[in-house]
Amino acid sequence: MPNSKRIEMKINGESYAAEVEPRLLLVDFLRVNARLTGTHVGCDTSNCGACTVMLDGLTVKSCTVFAVQADGREIFTVEGLSKDGKLHPIQESFRDHHALQCGYCTPGMMLSSLFLLSNKPNPTEEEVRKGISGNICLCTGYQHIVNAVLDVAKRGQRQQKKRPRSGKN
Amino acid sequence: MYSVPFDYLCAHNIQEALKLLSEYGEEGRVIAGGQSLIPLMKLRLARPKCLVDIKRVPGLSFINKENGHLKVGALTTHRELGVSDLIRSDLPIMHEAAQVIADPQVRNLGTLVGALCQAEPSGDWAPVVLALGGRLKCVGQKGERVLEAKEFFVDAYTTLLQPGEILTEVNLPIPGARAGGAYLKVQRRAGDFAVAGVAVQLTLDEAGLCKDIGIGLSGAGLTPLRAVAVEELLRGRRISAEILEEASRCLAGSVDPISDLRGSSKYKTDVLKVTLKRAVQLAASRSKRS
Ligand SMILES: Cc1cc2nc3c(=O)[nH]c(=O)nc-3n(C[C@H](O)[C@H](O)[C@H](O)COP(=O)(O)OP(=O)(O)OC[C@H]3O[C@@H](n4cnc5c(N)ncnc54)[C@H](O)[C@@H]3O)c2cc1C
Ligand code: FES
Ligand code: FES
Repeated sequence: MPNSKRIEMKINGESYAAEVEPRLLLVDFLRVNARLTGTHVGCDTSNCGACTVMLDGLTVKSCTVFAVQADGREIFTVEGLSKDGKLHPIQESFRDHHALQCGYCTPGMMLSSLFLLSNKPNPTEEEVRKGISGNICLCTGYQHIVNAVLDVAKRGQRQQKKRPRSGKN
Repeated sequence: MYSVPFDYLCAHNIQEALKLLSEYGEEGRVIAGGQSLIPLMKLRLARPKCLVDIKRVPGLSFINKENGHLKVGALTTHRELGVSDLIRSDLPIMHEAAQVIADPQVRNLGTLVGALCQAEPSGDWAPVVLALGGRLKCVGQKGERVLEAKEFFVDAYTTLLQPGEILTEVNLPIPGARAGGAYLKVQRRAGDFAVAGVAVQLTLDEAGLCKDIGIGLSGAGLTPLRAVAVEELLRGRRISAEILEEASRCLAGSVDPISDLRGSSKYKTDVLKVTLKRAVQLAASRSKRS
């Protein structure tokens, strides 16, 4: 390959290395090289957010990042959410609130929600809407997604309240 | 969609970046956040032969307060500006603009300096930096120069930067007592470029007259514009409904918006007129509170 570069990055904690052309997009490195196809390509023009992943803890549109720019960095994708077959609270909340229909936007939507909640653990409805403003959903009309995100925050509080009680028993 | 093939080089200091850029001349391009450049490359509207990535150059990401100025580095992102306490307290107009530029993902990567170099006529940072009277520090192989923001934007997507030159720092004066600022953006939907945007930074004197004012416009023509004629009209005057009416008529005579997907030239002119009135009023009311 002309001008190719060897790159290596951690994806959900695991190292992936490859020889790539500089014009390879991060989203294709994830989907084709690393075979992690949970991250979707919606528009391929930086507008829809379906390809959202975290790069060193910040959400980015992986169709608008060259893979070489992520050399040596840490990526987190939707595949990193569930652990040992257990859904992440955000996944549970999306399921419980019917926050997805076709599911195409969902991986990006969940990562944007997670990023929002990591900065604002108790967001208002307006903050949730702003937090997911870089993600387009053609199915749900957003209301159920907003409900799901608001409920993740509430569930966290319920759990915290429960914990001291169970300690006494 | 894939860009044409290119070389990708990572610079580790400014000297190295300048040297790499000089080797490629007009075919080389700096890449910072890539949030304007990558979409253009994917559409093949930009076809650089070589990208020089400056993201790993140390010391280019900062917000510093020095001698009554805030200095912002080339790699400081929209997000970092939006969450900075210094920006919130000393340049609230920038805090306001940082909340409405693009969307969270783009804000995580895009930089203030990249946006200025892009010179997008409907962008959000240029009008704010114009209203504040910012200065831009650039380095090239021949040395350093400082440019006034008001002379920087020369044509559509074109600035005074020469090929091989790097903008390293934006220098913004911190407004003093009785100052107020506002950036108002009209957009069709969240995260879109502006139909029209107006940035106003003004200072009232003790009698409540407009002592000094800077006005920057987005969506008003081929480049980001400074509304010099309107500034002159308002200087020394009390901000009243009558003078704002006069100012908006004056504005209509000095802008020439491009008709595009976001609206016709006539529509954008009307939106600019209304937004100007609201932004001046808001800046004046904030000045009274400060
Ligand atoms: C979906 C989407 C929505 C957007 N919405 C908005 C919006 O509402 N308002 C708005 O203002 N912008 C918007 N943008 C553009 C965004 O703000 C970009 O981040 C910004 O314009 C460019 O910053 P960057 O760091 O990404 O620059 P890059 O894309 O890396 O570079 C842009 C240009 O500047 C040059 N350059 C960059 N840094 C330097 C430097 N230090 N010295 C010399 N040249 C340099 C590059 O060579 C290139 O020509 C949007 C972008 C996207 C993808
Ligand atoms: S696929 Fe990346 S933003 Fe739509
Ligand atoms: S669930 Fe179908 S696009 Fe969002």
